[in-house]
Order: sequence, then C-alpha cells, then structure tokens
Amino acid sequence: MNNHEAPTPINSKFFSKGAIVLSIFTLIGALGYLYRLIYGLGAATNLDNQFPWGIWIAIDVATGVALAAGGFTTAALADIFHRDKYHSLTRPALLTAMLGYTFVVVGLLADLGKYYNVWHPMLPSMWQGNSVLFEVGLCVTIYLTILYIEFFPIVIEKFMGHVKLPGILSKYNSLVESFLRISNRTLYRLLSLFIIAGVVLSCLHQSSLGTLMVIAPYKMHALWYTPILPLLFLLSAVTVGFPMVIFESILSSWSFKLKPEIKTLASIAKYTPILLFCYLSIKVADLAIRNAFGYLGEINIQSFYFILEMVIGVIIPMVILFQRDKRYSIKYLFLSASCIIFGILINRINVFLIAYTPLYSSSFYFPSFIEIVVTIGLMCGLVLIYRFLVIHLPVISIQRVKYKIVSKIPASKSVLEG
Amino acid sequence: MNKDRRKFLKVSTAITASLIPAVSVSSSEECEIDFNDAYGVLVDTTVCIGCRNCEKACNIENNLPEQPQGNFEDKSVFETNRRPDVSAYTVVNPSIDSKLPKYDSYAKIQCMHCNHPACVSACIVGALTKCRHGVVSWDAWKCMGCRYCLVACPFQIPAYEYEEALEPRVMKCTFCYDRIHNDKKPACVESCPVEALTFGKRGELIKLAHSKIESNPNKYYDHVYGEDEIGGTSWIYLASKEFINYDLPKLAEEKIPSLTESIQHGIFKSFLPPLALYGFLGLVMHSMRQEKKKEALDDEQS
Ligand code: SF4
Ligand code: SF4
Repeated sequence: MNNHEAPTPINSKFFSKGAIVLSIFTLIGALGYLYRLIYGLGAATNLDNQFPWGIWIAIDVATGVALAAGGFTTAALADIFHRDKYHSLTRPALLTAMLGYTFVVVGLLADLGKYYNVWHPMLPSMWQGNSVLFEVGLCVTIYLTILYIEFFPIVIEKFMGHVKLPGILSKYNSLVESFLRISNRTLYRLLSLFIIAGVVLSCLHQSSLGTLMVIAPYKMHALWYTPILPLLFLLSAVTVGFPMVIFESILSSWSFKLKPEIKTLASIAKYTPILLFCYLSIKVADLAIRNAFGYLGEINIQSFYFILEMVIGVIIPMVILFQRDKRYSIKYLFLSASCIIFGILINRINVFLIAYTPLYSSSFYFPSFIEIVVTIGLMCGLVLIYRFLVIHLPVISIQRVKYKIVSKIPASKSVLEG
Repeated sequence: MNKDRRKFLKVSTAITASLIPAVSVSSSEECEIDFNDAYGVLVDTTVCIGCRNCEKACNIENNLPEQPQGNFEDKSVFETNRRPDVSAYTVVNPSIDSKLPKYDSYAKIQCMHCNHPACVSACIVGALTKCRHGVVSWDAWKCMGCRYCLVACPFQIPAYEYEEALEPRVMKCTFCYDRIHNDKKPACVESCPVEALTFGKRGELIKLAHSKIESNPNKYYDHVYGEDEIGGTSWIYLASKEFINYDLPKLAEEKIPSLTESIQHGIFKSFLPPLALYGFLGLVMHSMRQEKKKEALDDEQS
C-alpha cells in the first residue's frame, strides 16, 4: 500500500484567478436558473412542441451522465479487478462522479416542467416498468445515493479523531465522533457491496439512456437510429471513463501546480484505443448492416455532425493513443482525452438534438441565451465545488516534488533534491 | 367513528395504495383491451367541408380559449398548416396539395388514441393511461413535466404549456372522456353538420370504412388509415388520396413501443441480468483479492 502516495488535502488558495472567473459564470448561471424557476420554461428556453428536449437534456443530463462514467470504470478497474496501481485515481474519479451526478439532477430539475414532482418515480404506485425513462431515473437516484455512501469514508478520514464543532454544539463532539467511528467500521465492511452495485447500476442506466430515443423511430435520423443505441451508449460511456479521469488529473495538476502522475495515466490510457477501436467497428458495422452509409454522402447538418463526432471523438484519439510514446506525453494525453470528451459531447447532442427531426417542424431548435448560461454555469459550479473539496478533503494523491517549489528553491538545493 | 379517525384512515389508505406497485410490466396486459369493442371515430375527409365547428365545440367543451387561432368562422387560417397546441386540441387543415381559392378536402387532426400508444409506454410515472374504452388520458397530479411523451408520440400531438411557470400541463384531445362515460358522443362529433365524423365501436367503424370504399371505389383511396398503422388507432381516416396530404405520416404496422419495451424487459427479465452481473463482478472481486493476498504472502516468505 505504501508504494503510492496517500491522498491528502491540497494546500492551495481557493480563489485563484481561474476560480474567480468560474465563480462569475456560476453566478450568471444561477441567475438564469432562477429566471427559469420564476418565469417558466417558455420564457427561459427555446423549446416548443416540436422540440420538447433541448441542451439541458442533451448536455446537462445525457453528457453529464456519460462524463461521470469515470467513477464506475475506475472503481471496476481498481477495486474489482484489483489493479492496485490505479488506486490513486479512484478518489478523484469518485468525486467527479458524485458531483457529476448531483449536477445532472440539478440540471434535470431545471428542465422538468413540474420539478417539485421529481420524487414521483419513487412511489411504487407510479412505477411504470415499460418506461425507459423510469428505469434511468430510478437507477440514477440509487446510484447517486451509493456515490455519496462511497464518498463518506473520505469525509470520515478527514474528521475522525478531531471533531471540533463550533460553540454550543461542542458538547456533541464525542457523539459525532462515535457516529463516525461506527459508520467507518460498517462502511469498511460493506463498501465492496456498494462498489459492485454502483458498477451494475451504471451499466444499466448508461445503456438505457441510449434506449430513450429508440421510442421515436419516425423522428430520428437514420445515421443514429439503431436498435443497438443502448449498446453504443454503454460502450461510449465506458470508453470515456478513463480519458475523463486523465483529463481531470492533468487539469488539476496544472491548476494546483502538482506533478502529473504520468506513469499511472499513461498506463490507464492503454485501454482507451482498444475501446475506441471496438466502438468504431460496431459503429461501422451498424451503418453497414442498416444500409445507412448513403446518408453520409448527403451534404447536410446531420452528415457533418456525424463525421465530426467520429473523426474528432474516435479516430484521431485512437490513432494518437495507439502509439506508446504519445501515451507518455502529457500534451498528447491531454489532447486525445479532450478529443474523446468532445466526441462524447457531440455524440449526445447528435442523438438527442441533431438526429431529432420531427415531422412538422418548421424551424430548428437552437438553445436560448438562458439555456446556454445555465449549462455553462452548472459546469463551472461543478468545477468550483470540486476545487473546494480537493482543497479540504483527502482526495488527490500528491507526489512530493512540486513544480513551484522546485522553481523557487536555489539551484544548489534543487540539485540535492534531484 | 369520529372525523379525525376517518381522516386518518383515509390518509393511511392513500399511503398504502401509493405503495402498491402499479407496474404494468408487460404490454400483454394492455392487450386485454378489446380494440374492436373500444370506441373510435371514423373521419371521412371526403365529406368534411372545413367549417371548423368541431374546433369550436372542442374548445368550448374543454374550456380552451374561445378564439385561439382567429375566430372559428375565419377561413384564412387555412393558409398556414396548423398543429394542435395548448389552445386547441384539434385543428382542421385543408389537404396540403390543394390551393386557394378552392380547397378540395379537409382533415381534422387530434390525438389518435393509439391502440398501443407510444406516449403511454414512455411516460415515466404512468401519468398517461389507456382505458378499456380506448381513451388515452393524462393525469395532472402524477405528471412531472419531462415531456418524454412529446418526444415519443409519432403524430406529434401532445402540446406542452411552456408558458406556465408553476403548473404546466400536457395538452391533448381527451376524447371527451366524461361524455363518453355518460353515453354521449364527443363534442366534436356532435357538432359536425355533415356527419364527416362517425362515433362508434372501433370494430364496426372499420367495417363501415371498408364498405364505404367498396361501394364507392372511385371516390376513395383504398386504405383505411389507422386500421393497422403502428398497431392501430382509435381514430381512423378515409380519404380520396394519399394520407400524407393530410399530415398523416406513413407509418409501419409495428407498434412503436415494442422495441424499447423488449429491450427493457430483456434487461430486466425478473432482474436476472443485473443480478448475474452483480454475482459475476463479486466473484471477480473476491478471486482477485485472494490472488493479491497470496502474492503478498509469497513476497513476505521469499
Ligand atoms: S396520438 Fe400521440 S398522444 Fe395520442 S395516443 Fe397516440 S402516441 Fe399518445
Ligand atoms: S410530461 Fe408528464 S405525461 Fe408526459 S411523459 Fe413526462 S410525466 Fe408523463
């Protein structure tokens, strides 16, 4: 266990320049959100009867869920398949998943016409086993709970042994302390069960998100409408899992001036090109079997977006990552991870929006200003909370040598260190 | 029994009832509806004169705005192709290929009350249901406003009250549920001055439609729209030319929900696949852990 560094809170200021910019965007997004709550969907969005779903579903929910897949894929690799060297990645991935899903729910609430009824699917009398959306909803709810449970040990680790409640609450110190101790012990035993359950639930709802649009055969463009959409969604979510972890890890190492864990990242990246290749083959086979290749020749927005999705999101990163030396370059790793993430974003937008061509539409949906600022605000808010939590909780494993310190240390000393 | 107690009982039965799963797990249950015996309407577009009386009657019956898209006598609305929306459950459109000043025929469109409705299958909370009379209705209390029903409906029928901030509704033809249950015809059917709309049992209407075609083969295009489309609809249509001219899309016989439902039920077949996956992963986890332990032990010994 000692050969990799233990996770520690990062020693850094919360309000860096970037964080201030993010806060401004979050604030604007929050105002947009408030506007939607007060004035309703009609005033805030460009949705109509022809286009009932917009970017809040395609990006905030569908892409959000896909990008949070890093949580379950790393958990599967490190905890279930016991590839212990990846343990340093599980906590950041878990935190991303937890926040990712939380923001998916926040985004979904904005989109629901009657957000205050969001608990309805929990009532057995309203269970609707035929509805794909019902299954997605139920799985996401349970999975989100599990993510919080999985994250709780990290909170315990921080506070156990030194609970100090402020002022009058301090008499409960020992009570909280023993609660932490007990939950620590029980959680330790049960954690494996939750981790496996998390992986199963993820597989279920990641694929079901793809099944959602299968119910609209007459409205979906043939480039995307296929009965194997659920398989494609699951596979692409699994594929984007590790790149997402790599992406964040590199970003946070830049932002906190830490040394990126290039070896671990390069090693985990070796699975990605294989997955991408599988995905590409299935996509090509699917188009071939359904005789849909012809649609690529048509010059329209659909064929353009399809090619964009495949070239940037799949082919380019696949080619880069198949080369071993490129995997050991931070630049290329980051570039290919970004490509894959962008590809997933475009793919989900494609399936939910670009492919959606309703019969009687006279116009085309384009998101409103409020829709855009809310979406951006949610992303920025997520990053901010992530930053806050890694500063205060033991999430990221730091390697001892830091860029900043190295550069500040006089030459003689750094030679010693080196 | 005092009042409080009665209230308590009421509340607790409500709670218990809400905890009993209402899962309509398979579509086969839904098939218990005898579609021949359910109600339907036959729309004969060759008879319709485009008077818009049905629109007016519908708006009055359902407390919709009195003059939504121009007043009901105004014929200029025909210049644009209209869709049902939050202020009109039904609209009459002239056939697409006929031009002013003489439209050759008209079709009234509204919710088709499909035999196997995509909207019902899609709805996350079962707010949309199909009753044995064939009516597809919407429950305001259950609905959470996800608009998946709008996505699913192949006829692009349900409309959503986007402008409502607090209690937006899904708006669509109710098939005059209350009237039908009181042995009355739907308001639109009653209002039609030329009997372009015939209300009755669906099975009989289909027979009627076919006999109309048979006795007048020159007048009718030889197809009863809605008889087989997506597994059949309660509202069926006759026309003198292809139905696409009336915004009735070309649809296959395959029921829309059958694919998603078979995927769903395939994955959840008595929860076996998820449980199997769970067991498999558990096994992997366990054996990998043993292996690691052994390795560690070997390391120590060597
Ligand atoms: S026409 Fe649309 S709204 Fe009406 S029952 Fe069929 S699927 Fe549902
Ligand atoms: S909007 Fe309401 S009725 Fe339509 S699918 Fe969602 S919950 Fe069901």
